[in-house]
Amino acid sequence: MGTLAWKRFRRHPGAVVGSIVLTLLILTTVFAGLSPYDPEESDIKNRYQAPSLEHPFGTDGLGRDLLTRTLYGGRVSMSVGLMVVAITLSIGVPVGSIAGYYGGWIDNVLMRIIDATLSIPSLMFLILLAAILRETDLPFVKANSVMTIAVVLGALSWPTVARLVRAVFLTVREMEYVKAARALGASAPRIILKEVLPNGFGPIIVESTLGVGYAIMEESGLSFLGFGIMPPTPSWGNMLNNAQEHLTTYPWLAIFPGVMIFLTIISVNYIGDGLRDALDPYKVLGKVE
Amino acid sequence: MGTYIVRRLLQAIPMLLLVSIVLFALVNIAPGGPMSAYSRTNRMPEEKKEAIRRKFGLDKPLPVQYIVWLVGNDWIQIDEDGDNIPDGYGTRKGILRGDFGFSYKTREPVLELIADRLPNTVYLMFFTLLFTGIVAIPIGIISAIKQYSGFDITATTLSFMGQAIPEFWLGLLLILVFYATLNNPFTGEALLPSGGMSTLGAEFSFWESIWDRAKHLILPVLMGLVGWVAWYSRFLRSSMLEVINQDYIRTARAKGQIERKVLYKHALKNALIPLVTMFALDFPYIFTGSLYAELLFSWPGMGRLFYTAATGRDYPILMAILIIGSGIVVLSNLMADIAYAYLDPRVRYS
Repeated sequence: MGTLAWKRFRRHPGAVVGSIVLTLLILTTVFAGLSPYDPEESDIKNRYQAPSLEHPFGTDGLGRDLLTRTLYGGRVSMSVGLMVVAITLSIGVPVGSIAGYYGGWIDNVLMRIIDATLSIPSLMFLILLAAILRETDLPFVKANSVMTIAVVLGALSWPTVARLVRAVFLTVREMEYVKAARALGASAPRIILKEVLPNGFGPIIVESTLGVGYAIMEESGLSFLGFGIMPPTPSWGNMLNNAQEHLTTYPWLAIFPGVMIFLTIISVNYIGDGLRDALDPYKVLGKVE
Repeated sequence: MGTYIVRRLLQAIPMLLLVSIVLFALVNIAPGGPMSAYSRTNRMPEEKKEAIRRKFGLDKPLPVQYIVWLVGNDWIQIDEDGDNIPDGYGTRKGILRGDFGFSYKTREPVLELIADRLPNTVYLMFFTLLFTGIVAIPIGIISAIKQYSGFDITATTLSFMGQAIPEFWLGLLLILVFYATLNNPFTGEALLPSGGMSTLGAEFSFWESIWDRAKHLILPVLMGLVGWVAWYSRFLRSSMLEVINQDYIRTARAKGQIERKVLYKHALKNALIPLVTMFALDFPYIFTGSLYAELLFSWPGMGRLFYTAATGRDYPILMAILIIGSGIVVLSNLMADIAYAYLDPRVRYS
């Protein structure tokens, strides 16, 4: 299946271009440390410099080099995206599996909790959670850290994955081979992990990929509103928040972080689209839509 | 169908109770709180604070506070001065009877604040959704009918871009272009205003004031529109494609029906069904509005009310908006299901 999927993925032009762009973006953030400037230290003499050879993206109100901050901000935004997906999967997959495998009242209770979570208006709920958690120490998570934001976003994004996994279980649960495994005396964990879950790999991978994009978008949104990553730690969102005040006088402050968010998310979405086509078992090889 | 609706409504009750418990618990672990408004000015003597706590039932354990918040305390005797002799009944009616309490900051009833802001949000969202429909529906139909044509490829690419562009960044760009850069060639003023619902304090005739309001609408509507159009046009495209490839469309063509009628009479009708459901699911946005657009364009709506309350830890406002919002989401989900079952006879209630 691996090579077949890879063949299909390579024929999806958007996915290929998206992968290349995303790889480049990741590389630039990984090598952000090569920049001669410090992302957080201010240099008041050079504040609000327009883009030039010395400062390709210009400088901000504290004289910090914007290119450097944009790259470090990318590091923060992308790691938040990955952490959120890690949280989403580690809650969503077990919950969805348990609900789908056992059914009955367990399923009912878990699904009502999920319905309730999903019925609260999401952006507003994110803001409330962020406002509360940024002043509260959690176990392993310091108040107001990058991890706090990942926890906030993760807390609201696992229900989608749980529903997806549950749906996989509902379609496969009654199939002959699962019944056979059960008749042979396979344990519940074995059936869940070895027999049923592999059927969900395709949709879970697609959902996780797109999930990184959603998380980056939501993180920048929260940071833009002042409820996300706190300065001086740069993130694309809080850089845009910073840009708002002097938008008309120093427009370059608002351009570059936004371009980065846009490029990252569109690449991730195209990759997700390519993966969806590539991992769809009902699609015939050669007919790439 | 009647029993189905009743059952679904009954199912919604425990869910909304769950939502209310979660929100109540969250707000009670949150920093700040009902007494924080008094502790800012430390002049109030401790006994007076104690009396206030008793009056509002804050001396009671949390579960009791939750019940009071839900159903009120006008049926409980309250001992305000702590002498073990009840001083009269409480004054709260509870959220179930529409008493969402008072703002910590302005002391105004929360429901009045919401009633002030709601029309502005509905006004903005109405035009945003109206233009979404006007733009997205034709794009989706043409894209599907002319699949893989230049138009379709352009529309699909643009829709990918529209879904990837952060709404708040788009807003900043719109302000940069239409307010900061472009000027009205006749007056030399900025082409479009960058905030508010209308020009304050201006003397306008009737038509001038309509034009003024329209100008203030353009940018916030445009900002919200892009994401919606991107999403809805793609959604309609795939729904239309699915219908076009069905047997009954082939039958219609085979019996010699003209293409225009096949597409617009036979296909479109069924392709629009999922769109109606989708719209019902998105309906709550008419109430909660677009937070980013309202903030960037200083639009006095629900989103901005929520945001200001969140920065000022004004929890009664946050709770009220979230609870009412959740209720509307639950009702909209129900409406989506009913609409779907009503429009698509293959679906049976179960």
